[in-house]
Amino acid sequence: MPRLPRWDRVRESFFNRERLIDSFPRLLDAFVLDIKIFAWSTPAIIALALVLAIARSSRNPALFPIRIFVIGYIDIMRGVPVILWIYLIGFGVPGVGLERPFNSPLLWGSVALVLTYGAYIAEVFRAGIDSVHESQRAASRSLGLSNSQTMRFVILPQAIRRVVPPLMNDLVSLQKDVALVSLIGPIEILRQANIDKAKFANFTPYIGAAIIFLMITIPLTRTTDYLLARERKRTSATRVR
Amino acid sequence: MKLELRNVRKSFEERVVLAGLDLEVNAGEVVSFIGSSGSGKTTLLRCVNLLEPIDDGAIFLEGDEISSIGRDPNPIRRRIGIVFQSFNLFPHMSVRRNITLALTQVVKKSVDDANEIAISLLKRFGLDEKIDSYPDQLSGGQQQRVAIVRALAMNPEVLLLDEITSALDPELVGEVLDVVRELKGSGITMLIATHEMNFAREISDRVCFLDAGKIAEQGSPDQIFNNPIDERTRQFLRRVQAVGKT
Repeated sequence: MPRLPRWDRVRESFFNRERLIDSFPRLLDAFVLDIKIFAWSTPAIIALALVLAIARSSRNPALFPIRIFVIGYIDIMRGVPVILWIYLIGFGVPGVGLERPFNSPLLWGSVALVLTYGAYIAEVFRAGIDSVHESQRAASRSLGLSNSQTMRFVILPQAIRRVVPPLMNDLVSLQKDVALVSLIGPIEILRQANIDKAKFANFTPYIGAAIIFLMITIPLTRTTDYLLARERKRTSATRVR
Repeated sequence: MKLELRNVRKSFEERVVLAGLDLEVNAGEVVSFIGSSGSGKTTLLRCVNLLEPIDDGAIFLEGDEISSIGRDPNPIRRRIGIVFQSFNLFPHMSVRRNITLALTQVVKKSVDDANEIAISLLKRFGLDEKIDSYPDQLSGGQQQRVAIVRALAMNPEVLLLDEITSALDPELVGEVLDVVRELKGSGITMLIATHEMNFAREISDRVCFLDAGKIAEQGSPDQIFNNPIDERTRQFLRRVQAVGKT
């Protein structure tokens, strides 16, 4: 055991019981905002991702320009760190002189999350669409269903079912990345932890924030694992030992 | 003339699959296509259903050119049903929904009317108990019979059967072939790609032997199986006889 002469000081500033008990309720309160951002962003992200994935998977030659546009969009959104988009959109858009409430960093931070995660999750949906065997499309088209009817009734229902587990993975990431919005202003849990840290010159609020995140992300991750295992069991043959 | 193919050509990249194929099929006729793997049987049927665009030539349905570029294939496909080797049922839908989907979405029938059609067809082929089952819960033979019912529900004038027993266990082949026997004589025109020589001999009005993307020889089942003229037909039949497939 190496000697850790300053361990007492670290324990005092990171694992201070009193500070934890004091900060925890404030952190929980602030976390409600994280949950709100998550809750209103997620439906928008899924909708945007679906539209992007369907547009990218379309086969109509006339839609070629739209496909190019979507590919470009996805590449650009995914190629830049989320935090940078939050800065660019969160500071940039209100900067053009919008009136309240349209200049809220909360609004534009959420928009940045939607635009970036929409691109990430579009790729998940596209993988799902591509994974549906071509023979399903052939069967559907041979019955006289149009391309869009085939997508709606035959391809998408199968694709979405298959991508639920990877989708959950991305939603766990989103749950954490919501905290990035704090960097442009809104007082959510990370910002609240910062405030408490500064006020009491003690890092324990960060530990409190970490605990609160884990309370959400661990059950979500376990659920994802369960769904993945179930999907694997359903689609593959008898397990080899 | 129900169906006519004139000089149909189709290649995949460099590989020529149909090399200027001509064919005329009368209304109500049952025509079987035999030939080794890769001789173009499946591609021929897929071209007729417009699932594969042809490179050259023309396909006519009752004198109407259906293969011209830019024509909406959907109304034509309603008149030409196809059943696939691997069934291709929609796994996320019950048997009922598999059958009624195109009826409600394409022909715009009411749900009740579509249900009625599904039920009466399933009854006819002894599958009515399976109406609310999912494809995974059915045997291969049952799945293929449902796939035939799904194609028949659209009341097609022409039915294309693409090696519909090739993916089945031997003991399940009979029940599927029984469905086709039942259909013969109902007035529907059938084009059948098959490896089942006995079946082709029994059910067909005419048998076509395909080789290198063309019909090398065609005639009555009796003529093709008992007195083949073309040397390639003879060789092919000798080969399949050797493995006991006739």
